Amino acid sequence: MNILSLFGKRGESASVAKNRLQILLAHERADDGSDALLISSLREDILAVVAKRFDIDPDSVRLEMDRTGDVTTLGIDIELPAAKAS
Amino acid sequence: MSNATVVVVTSGKGGVGKTTTTAAIASALAKEGYQVCAIDFDVGLRNLDLIMGAERRVVFDLVNVVRGEASIKQALVRDKKLNNLYLLPASQTRDKDALTEEGVASVISELRMYFDWVICDSPAGIERGATLAMRYADEAIIVSNPEVSSVRDCDRIIGLLDAKTKVAEDGGRMPKHLMITRYDTERAKTGDMLATDDVVDILSVPLIGVVPESKDVLKASNVGLPITLSDETSPAAKAYMEATRRLLGENIPVTIPEEKKSFFGKIFKGRAA
Repeated sequence: MNILSLFGKRGESASVAKNRLQILLAHERADDGSDALLISSLREDILAVVAKRFDIDPDSVRLEMDRTGDVTTLGIDIELPAAKAS
Repeated sequence: MSNATVVVVTSGKGGVGKTTTTAAIASALAKEGYQVCAIDFDVGLRNLDLIMGAERRVVFDLVNVVRGEASIKQALVRDKKLNNLYLLPASQTRDKDALTEEGVASVISELRMYFDWVICDSPAGIERGATLAMRYADEAIIVSNPEVSSVRDCDRIIGLLDAKTKVAEDGGRMPKHLMITRYDTERAKTGDMLATDDVVDILSVPLIGVVPESKDVLKASNVGLPITLSDETSPAAKAYMEATRRLLGENIPVTIPEEKKSFFGKIFKGRAA
């Protein structure tokens, strides 16, 4: 709670809520469940490519997705063993 | 290797604050330094992701894991602020029949290895989703509003906890904690609302906390932060932090933190607590 709220400034949290819902619902209405499958296959493709060069534990590959407005980013975090080409 | 305590947050009735409570307690435990996982069991109507502010980062969900389409580690979403707090989201596109007892058993037993605390957010109702959420719990937090229908539904849930859970089937008795939410001290004083003692008397479950009705809870959900992370000075956050200490075994008296009412109350909030 900041000092401005003492003087009746309208809270910002409602507009944050509206914005979050718009992004989320736009995505959910369009999603037929194929997203997870697509990402799952993508993950396997990436894993196969990286595995050519490194011995990696499949569980050390983390995918992070972030949907902001019109843009969706996919972050791939791979824990590499001590570097050695195989 | 950890061996987590699995806690189900349940109530029977919808809208009493299970998800708010799950997010608040899970975050408070994580703030204490424990490895914590919150699981959303409300398949088809997930909301814990939204309350924890993780909705944009969900890739896989509980149903994907149960069906072997993703590993648990892939499905866990790490909290943005606390790196020892994780969410296992429910599926939004499937229905509750997508969960199987064996699938849930294996998910819970794997999570027990990675975490200190696993907090299961139960869906409302007494059907499959709710019984699966409580099935493998070690302890239960029963959330009730001081209101007749909510208390009655809690009584029903207590019956299920003593009959349909693994602990009960093995001849044990599930430890239960009562969390009263949306409490209005003024109305209880004037006799317009059930008092905490009334609810405790009726349900015979020891009280773990009383969360006052607070505008801060809605604000926290608007911005996607558990109340215990969004505003620690909020009476609701204080109540949840106290309840968390009791869950951890501390023997502290239950207080009802009050909403600060006046301008001076705000200025001198350090003394008002």
